[in-house]
Formats: sequence, C-alpha cells, structure tokens
Amino acid sequence: MIDEITVKEKKRVVVRFSGDSGDGMQLAGTIFSNLSAVLGNDIATFPDYPAEIRAPQGTISGVSGYQVHIGSDKVFTSGDKCDVLVAMNPAALKTNAKFLTPQSIIIIDTDTFTSKDLEKALFTTNDPFSELGLTNQVIDAPITTMCKDSLKDSGLDNKTIVRCKNMFALGMVCWLFNRPLDYAMHMLNDKFAKKPTIAEANIKILTDGYNYGHNTHLSVPTYRVESKGNKEKGFYTDVNGNLATAYGLVAAAEKAGLQLYLGSYPITPATDILHYLSKFKELGVITVQCEDEIAGCCSAIGAAFAGCLAATTTSGPGLCLKSEAINLAVISELPLVVVDVQRSGPSTGMPTKSEQTDLLQALYGRNGESPLPVVAAMSPADCFDAAYMAAKIALEHMTPVILLTDGYVANGASAWKIPSLDTYPPIQPPYVTPEIQAGWKPYQRDEETLVRRWAIPGTEGFQHRIGGLEKDFATGSISTDSSNHQKMTEIRANKIARIADSIPPLEVKGDKEDAELLIVGWGGTYGHLYSALEVMQQSGKKVALAHFQYLNPLPKNTEEVLRKYPKVVVAEQNTGQFASVLHDKVPELHLYQFNRIKGQPFNVMRLVESFTKIMEEK
Amino acid sequence: MSELKYTPKDYKSDQYVRWCPGCGDHSLLNSLHKAMAELQLLPHQTAVISGIGCSSRLPYYMNTYGFHTIHGRGAAVATGVKVANPQLSVWQISGDGDGLAIGGNHFIHALRRNVDLNIILLNNRIYGLTKGQYSPTSPRGIVTKSSPYGTVEDPFRPAELVFGARGHFFARCVDVDGAASVEVLTAAARHQGASVVEVLQNCVIFNDGSQSIVATKADRAKHAIYLRQGQPMIFGESNELGLMQEGFGLKVVKIGENGITEKDLLVHDAHTEDYTLHLKLAMMEGDFPIALGVIRDVAAPTYETGVHDQIAQVKAKKPARTLEELLMAGDKWEIK
Repeated sequence: MIDEITVKEKKRVVVRFSGDSGDGMQLAGTIFSNLSAVLGNDIATFPDYPAEIRAPQGTISGVSGYQVHIGSDKVFTSGDKCDVLVAMNPAALKTNAKFLTPQSIIIIDTDTFTSKDLEKALFTTNDPFSELGLTNQVIDAPITTMCKDSLKDSGLDNKTIVRCKNMFALGMVCWLFNRPLDYAMHMLNDKFAKKPTIAEANIKILTDGYNYGHNTHLSVPTYRVESKGNKEKGFYTDVNGNLATAYGLVAAAEKAGLQLYLGSYPITPATDILHYLSKFKELGVITVQCEDEIAGCCSAIGAAFAGCLAATTTSGPGLCLKSEAINLAVISELPLVVVDVQRSGPSTGMPTKSEQTDLLQALYGRNGESPLPVVAAMSPADCFDAAYMAAKIALEHMTPVILLTDGYVANGASAWKIPSLDTYPPIQPPYVTPEIQAGWKPYQRDEETLVRRWAIPGTEGFQHRIGGLEKDFATGSISTDSSNHQKMTEIRANKIARIADSIPPLEVKGDKEDAELLIVGWGGTYGHLYSALEVMQQSGKKVALAHFQYLNPLPKNTEEVLRKYPKVVVAEQNTGQFASVLHDKVPELHLYQFNRIKGQPFNVMRLVESFTKIMEEK
Repeated sequence: MSELKYTPKDYKSDQYVRWCPGCGDHSLLNSLHKAMAELQLLPHQTAVISGIGCSSRLPYYMNTYGFHTIHGRGAAVATGVKVANPQLSVWQISGDGDGLAIGGNHFIHALRRNVDLNIILLNNRIYGLTKGQYSPTSPRGIVTKSSPYGTVEDPFRPAELVFGARGHFFARCVDVDGAASVEVLTAAARHQGASVVEVLQNCVIFNDGSQSIVATKADRAKHAIYLRQGQPMIFGESNELGLMQEGFGLKVVKIGENGITEKDLLVHDAHTEDYTLHLKLAMMEGDFPIALGVIRDVAAPTYETGVHDQIAQVKAKKPARTLEELLMAGDKWEIK
C-alpha cells in the first residue's frame, strides 16, 4: 500500500481514444481537449476515422480514433505516439498498437476482451498483449458491466446505457490527469440540453469512471499538465479547420459588406463547411446544396456575377469536376473562392485520409493558360486567416482563388482566440462608380493591378455581357484576333503575378541567419515541421523553416530565402509537387526532398531523423 | 395605363448578330425583345444567361446584363444569379443539346427546385455549332454526321422531362410565329417559378425542314392547335376540328359530325395542378395537332423566395448580426 498518490508533472501529453466508430470516442476526446483548453493548456486534436459509417462491430475496419495532444505550452501537432491509449475493444488495441511507446498506459474495457471479441479482431490467442508484444501498464475496468449496474434504475434501455461507456473511459482519463469534471459536466448538459435524462446518465457514468480510477488504482501515478499562463488574454473557442474556414468566409463577407453565397455538393472531408455555413442564416449566409459539384461551382459563379462573395467547397475529385467552371471564372474575371480540402487520391482514393496531392491540380489542372492564386492553410485555426485572405484576393483582384486545406487540418482542432475583425485588413472590391460610366467597357483595367471593375447586375447604365469566349482587350467584345489573344493571355498571367505585391513576404523561423538546413513546407504540415525544427534546435542543430501559405504567386522573397542556406529540404505529403514548382521558379537550385504519401500526418521523429541525415550528408 | 417607356430596340445590343441567315434564332430574338418591351423590364434589372451552342450566343445581342457561360451549365449559373438577387428578371437561353444532353441534370433540378427562371429551350433537334450531329431530341433513325446509318436511340420529348421534374410552367411556340412567341414569353416571365418555353426551331443548315409541318401559318392551321386558357380546344383551317377526351386518351373530332358541338370539346385549363392532361396535350403528334401556347401554368412556391424567407425567419429569432456576436454567443472560455 502506497501512502501518497504520486503526481507527475508533464509538459505535453497525448491521449488517444479508440473504439468502434459508434463508441463515441470523438465526443470523449473533444470534451477532454476542451476542458484542458479551458484550464489553459494548448490543444491539438485529430480524428482518425474509417470511411464506413458503421462497419461490423468489433472489427478492425470499424475502429475509429480521436487523438488529443495537450501541452502546458504551445503544441503544434496532434502528436506522434500516445502516452495513454483508450482501447474500447481488442480491434482498437490492435489497430492502435503502433501509436504506443513502452511507457504508454493502456485503458481497456475488460467486458469487450472476451474470446469472441478477440476473434473478431483476428487475434489467435487469449492474450492480445503478448500477441502484439506489448508489455505496457494496463488499467482495466469492466466498463460495460459497471455502466449497466450504475444505470439499472435509470429507466433507460440497455442500448442507451451501453452508449455511456465512453464517459466512463473519459472519467478514468480525467482521474489520470487530475482534471476536475465540472467543465465536462457543463458540456454534457449543453450537448444533451433537450434530453436531460441522457445528460444525467452520462454525467453519472463520467463520475463513476473518475471514482473507479481514484478508488481502485491508487498505486498508479497520475499526471498533471500545468498551464504556463502565457496565452494571450481573451475569449477562446475550439475550432477544427472546416469550421475555421467557414468562419473565415463569413468574416470576409462581413468585412466586404457582401452577402456570402456557398454553392456546394457533399464530399468527404469538405462537407462540414457546408454544414456549418448552412447554420449561419442569422448572418445572412446563403447555402445551396446543388445537384452536383459542377453546379456547386457554377451557381457560385452566377452568384459572383450577381454581386455576392461566392464560394464553393469540395475535395479532390470534386475539384476535377469544377475545373471547367473555374476556368470560366478565370476568363470572365469574377471573384470566387474554391476550397479544396485535399484527401488521398487518385479517384476516390482514401476519402477519410489526408494528403497534399492536389497542388499541381490547383495550379495547372485546367485547359488553356489559366493562372489563378492558390493559398494554403497551415493549421486548423489558420484556416480562418487563409479563407479570409483567399476571399480578399478574389474580391480585390477579380479572380477565382483556390484555397487548399486538407483532411488533417480540416478535422484537426485547436483552441482559437475569438478575433476582432477590426484587426483584419479591409476588403475593397473594385466596383464601378457613376463617374466612370461614360465610355466604360467591361474589361477596362487598372493600370497597376490589371484588375477589371465589377459591375453588378442591377446597377443602372452598366449593362454588359461577359462569357467564356476570348474578348477584345479594348472593347470587351468577343474576339478571335490572334495578337489580341496573346495580349490577353499575358495580361491574365501578369494580373495574377502582380498579386505578389500585396501578399506578405515569406517568413523564416528558427536559425534565420546561420541555419545549415532550411526546411521548406506548405499548408497543413506546418505543425509537424515546426515541431521537428524545435526538436532539432534543442539538440543544438542549426535549422530554419520557411513555410509557404501563398503558393501562387509565390512571395517575392522566395528565391532570396531559398538561396540563402547551404541545404534546402522540401517536405510534403506527395511525391514532390511543390519541389517541382520551386525547381521551375528558382532554377538550378538543389533541393532535398522528404515525401510521405501514407494518408497519415507526418511523424515528427521521422522528420527529425531524415533532416538530420541530410545535414550529416557531405 | 402608364406610358410605355421601353421599346424593343432598347433591349438590343450594338453587336452584329452572327447566326446563319434563315436561322430560327433571329425571329426568337426579335420576339424576346418585343416580349421584354411588353413586360417593361428594366434592362439593368434583367440578366440573360446561356450555355454553349448556337442559341447560347443570344445574350450578346441583348442590352441587358448577360453571361455566356459553359456548355450545359446555364441553369446552374442562372440559379446562382437568381438566388443571389431575386429582384432580377433572369432568363436562361438553351438548346436541345445544351439543355437536355450535357446540361440535363441542371435542367431538371432547376425545375424541381422551382427557381424563378424563364428558360427558353430552342429545340432544332440537331447540334448546329459542332456542325450537324444528332441531339437528344432527334428522332430515332435520323441520319447525321455522327449517325451515318441512322440513330438507334429514342429522343427526349422536353415536356415529358419538364413534367417528370415537377415543372410548373410549360409553353410551346414556333420560332417564326412571332405574335404567339411573344405571348408565351410574356406568360413565362409572369409565371413565378421555373418556366420552360420550348421553341420549335428550324436549322436551315443541318436539319432543314425538321419543323416543316408547323412552319407556316397555313401549316399550323392544319397541324397545330393554339391552347388558350378557358377556351374549347378547336383547330383546323376553318376551325372545324376539336379535341375530346376518350377513355384515358384524347381524340380528334369534327364539329357538327355525330351531333358533336363546341360544348362537347375539352376546355383548356393550364392552371390545374394535375398534369395528366397537360402531358397528353404536350405529347400530341402524328394524327393529332401539335399543341402550342401555354400548356401548363400552375402556381407553386419558388426556391429563391424560400431561401430568403428562411434567412429572414432565423434573423427574427437569433440576435447575432456579426461573426463576433455569433462566436461570443456560442461555447467559449476566457483566459484572463
């Protein structure tokens, strides 16, 4: 018997909740991350779920996971390996064994580790731990039995009672991390506001789980992740990337004084943006769930013509379908935001898994010479800024803009300080004004930016016709003149190139002056690359990171930055798409490459290993 | 009556019209200018949207707002325009290839949603701009450049699609029949919701004579019937023929024969909800006359009104008007 409870201080902790896709692991994970954020920790979460909605219970294909990374200081990724694994069944244990270290603690429900369950998960013996070669500390509890016992007088049916299992597991995790339960209770009351008996049952089980841990596992050391208290003051909420994207579009519309129009078609993993925006009717947001991807984009182009901030949201296969319509927006020079939440391809690929493989499609995947700006979001919270800036560029430069996010940032979540829009730059579309009416032509351009004016139907005296045919530089009428086409092609290219004048320069982090290796990344891998940088710097290495948010046009100082360091490695989740772009833009520069296309986020330790190897190479 | 302000020429743009001489598009364009003048549409509050094809060039010849988009997608673009700004009078110009082949999906869904678009379907039963391939409305067996041995597929009949997609307005006219065209175009514009006007159109180059049985006034007297609301269904060179119901079908009768009088004939009711008879009328061919005029015109809630009403209802219930207000009213915590 140990007299006192050992409490270990930890700076960072990763908890992975896993179970059947119907086990409510996402809810347990979300509550745990949110209550940690409320206590001042930084959080980053990532769900890992199967494409099947409800695969057969207890099978490996049905395992769904939710990983939570909490830190006393900033955390940038959802973590490589986990310190605690909650495995609600043997299949979950098997699938997630690869995320364990020898020190990880495993929490299991003994009721679901019967021989039948083991068989379903394709174990051949009655000892799944030995079979997987695991020697970890296991905290087990007959969770299902205890739930049934605890709620036997609740009047709830068996199915509903068993559904509360996730809260027992959450209660145990809260005990393990010395987390008070009040915020979790508040969240449950909120979530089940319309079903108070369910809220009550969940809260009871949550408390049972906590007490069970406390009473029966006194010998187990528990953890504390303190808050450093250096977070910026203010109100926070948690956002995933899709929600932040939705907010960013709303913010841009508000700032520009325009109605937001979304034309969309459901597709994983982008659909949530449609879900979120269709809720914000009090802000005047119009959402049209169209008959297909093409109509999503085309109706948005119609709305842009008619004077809305128009957007369409999709993922890779949908971007293919929209490409002809995007080209219409290119040649007719209308503002449009196209959000591509990248997923594993080609074709249907792995819909729920993340990749960065649409970059070249975004840049070049259309017929003809078809330049357009491409912006990429770096993290779940950065989706807000990226969507805002994509909309600002679209509206001020009269062009479609592709915003690349990916399944990882779209579904990953972090705490986010509720911003004041006063701190965001204004958005000023180039509307026509009465004084320019005399002699005005629809493709008259600003001499500096080459941007045409926006004459919105309903404006008297500015009736005009636009379309997909090439038009005359001066009159805007249809033209098939050969030298005019050359001129218009160049103008469309220059118009996009000149946007470089209004985007921020590329920022270098780490050992800016004397890095021996420059890590180059773009989009959703920022957190992992930055974490790798931190780890390498801690071990005394001289490294820097240049992470791109603007992929077309590139920041003006791109070449200068890339040529400054002796070695440059481009790390991306494809076979080298951005590296090939950089080869093209900064010729004769040797680039090392780090490429992973596994449908999973980067692993920080793998990055560190590979980068170190590159540094050691003579 | 207020003074007429706009005349047909106010809707004409300064662009040179490039259709082939004798093309039915010319007369339809004139009818459209006249219909808009009759409706006194404000040119700056009018948007004409098209896809790709001969007929889709039409927006360039209008002095309204216009958008010549991409093949088949006119209905989708027009939907965005109308939902974004319901004040606009939105016209969609399409053909049998643009609207019923590549754009078939958008066509049926615009009708199903009942977006207030005036859809003009110029049906010449052939692909003209690509120089003469069969279209989804070409009759079985037609010999064209892409069917040198004749087609082995059946055509769509636009009315069938319109009714199948729950369309609430369907009218038909012949390209060269100016007065009747203006009449159905104005009726289509006045109808709130998606309206389809099928224009039986001749292509002088690739499918000449395809509409020959209704090409002249005399032809139409013999082979067509003008349907008018509340009027008995009479046709013929000297109005000697009529339509009666027989069992589940229709029959052509001679007035005065077998004791049949005008009172025995069917009386047209475009406003009746049930489209069974509308469909029968719209599908008449062979020994029956081709039905012209407004065949169906039934009131129904429009999509864009629904969208904006819903926004207004939610606004009435929820106080947030800015993103910050919305966020501050939601789940949040404070770091002090």
